Amino acid sequence: MSPSHDGTGRLPAAFLAADTSSFVEFLGRHAPDTLAQLAPPPGTAGTPLTPHATTIVALACTDGVVMAGDRRATAGSVIASRDIVKVHPADAHSAIGIAGAAGIGLEMIRLFQVELEHFEKIEGATLSLEGKATRLAAMVRGNLGMALQGLAAVPLFAGWDLTHGRGRIFSFDATGGRYTESDHHSIGSGSYFARGSMKKRWRHGITTAEAAAVAVEALFDAADDDSATGGPDVVRRIWPVVAVVDAAGYRELDDDAVEALVRDLLDRRHDDDNPGGAVPEVGGTPA
Amino acid sequence: MSQPFYVSPEQLMKDRADFARKGVARGRAVVALAHADGISFVGENPSRALHKVSEIYDRIAFAAVGKYNEFENLRVAGVRYADLRGYSYDRSDVTARGLANAYAQTLGAVFTQESKPYEVELVVAEVGPTPDADQLYRLTYDGSVVEEHGFVAMGAGAEQISTYLREHWDAGLDHAAALRLTVAALAAGAPAAADGAVRSVEAEALEVATLVRGRARRAFRRPDVAEVREALQRA
Repeated sequence: MSPSHDGTGRLPAAFLAADTSSFVEFLGRHAPDTLAQLAPPPGTAGTPLTPHATTIVALACTDGVVMAGDRRATAGSVIASRDIVKVHPADAHSAIGIAGAAGIGLEMIRLFQVELEHFEKIEGATLSLEGKATRLAAMVRGNLGMALQGLAAVPLFAGWDLTHGRGRIFSFDATGGRYTESDHHSIGSGSYFARGSMKKRWRHGITTAEAAAVAVEALFDAADDDSATGGPDVVRRIWPVVAVVDAAGYRELDDDAVEALVRDLLDRRHDDDNPGGAVPEVGGTPA
Repeated sequence: MSQPFYVSPEQLMKDRADFARKGVARGRAVVALAHADGISFVGENPSRALHKVSEIYDRIAFAAVGKYNEFENLRVAGVRYADLRGYSYDRSDVTARGLANAYAQTLGAVFTQESKPYEVELVVAEVGPTPDADQLYRLTYDGSVVEEHGFVAMGAGAEQISTYLREHWDAGLDHAAALRLTVAALAAGAPAAADGAVRSVEAEALEVATLVRGRARRAFRRPDVAEVREALQRA
């Protein structure tokens, strides 16, 4: 039986009740089995059931925020996907990226997108950016059981705050903790290296175009030192996803624009004569 | 002990239908009209916050006249139905036909089983990739569904408005022309003033929404007052 019918074809009473504007709450009450993936399955601790999604970065800039993610998912030491998309629009004015268990993370994004759109349609108004982050934190907390079994997925959320007219970044932990990040932040296995890179390259008053270049470079540095993070794939022309959220809303840079950023970065690293160490000495081992 | 009076089923249904019809006819008119650029909805509604026309899903919208709390319940149920379906299956699996069916069953069940029928009339519309693929369903208080072609008028003066539209509607109208036609039809449906002059309808008093044809995802749009005024003044 479909969850939207009670057998007579009539809309069930729960549909007509004026009790909540939240889709997740409605699902929890009316169709809890659709949320069943958010409860821990018995006896699966430690098994890698789903590929692991890696690094996401977000940076504040003068006009808004930039969020970027690499394209790799791994299953153990195997590359599970070369072109997974881990940065998505949450709604017209916000972006969400995920790191961790890919299946759970992507499902969380899908549910969060419906949640925001659902609220908007029922209430006739969009949630505040804080409100969106709070909803997301509750959804992350809902996954705590799975996280304890090794299937944690953690989002990074960034958007344009329509009330205060500025871009903001929120990070989360597996227990549903929600933290405001002021300048830049990164999540995932390569996040330590990405953060180090952004620390050096980010500055106050950075423009959107500069922030996009810094984001691509941070992902490059993450991929340089973390085997689970994918670098730009020049052969297959697979580039990181770079999203910008500003007063005009969410948009993604097209492939050509990201390719230009990547090529520029590769040229600089090459021409500087300091690509980051580990260059073999020419002429064999010294005597 | 007094016996309750016998009321024949025919009489009972007729009484309920009359009751619901009167409630619906009191509501101010709303028109849904298909045109080359999409499907537009225009209603006389001075409120900016309490809507008679709303977004249900990507290409599906809902318009209603009658008792606010009743059609608001149905609207919310429709959004839940659509979002649940789209989340459980795929966005392309949410259709106006499915929604119209669920509404019809609900209205029909309430009409026969509850102590009073819903005093509402609804339109469920889905914009297609081409005008031939547009769908307009009119649902009445007793659960009957009629698939309409081109336009639907509901509420006070619906008869006169439909007559006017039948004479003037054309599938090739663009958005602005469709808006002008709808407003003229609404004026024709409203009772004429004592001196016989046709009442004019101002942009400020209108609720306007459009399902825009050719959008990738959410096709529902509410133009602001300035845009509506501009479209109405274009000759």
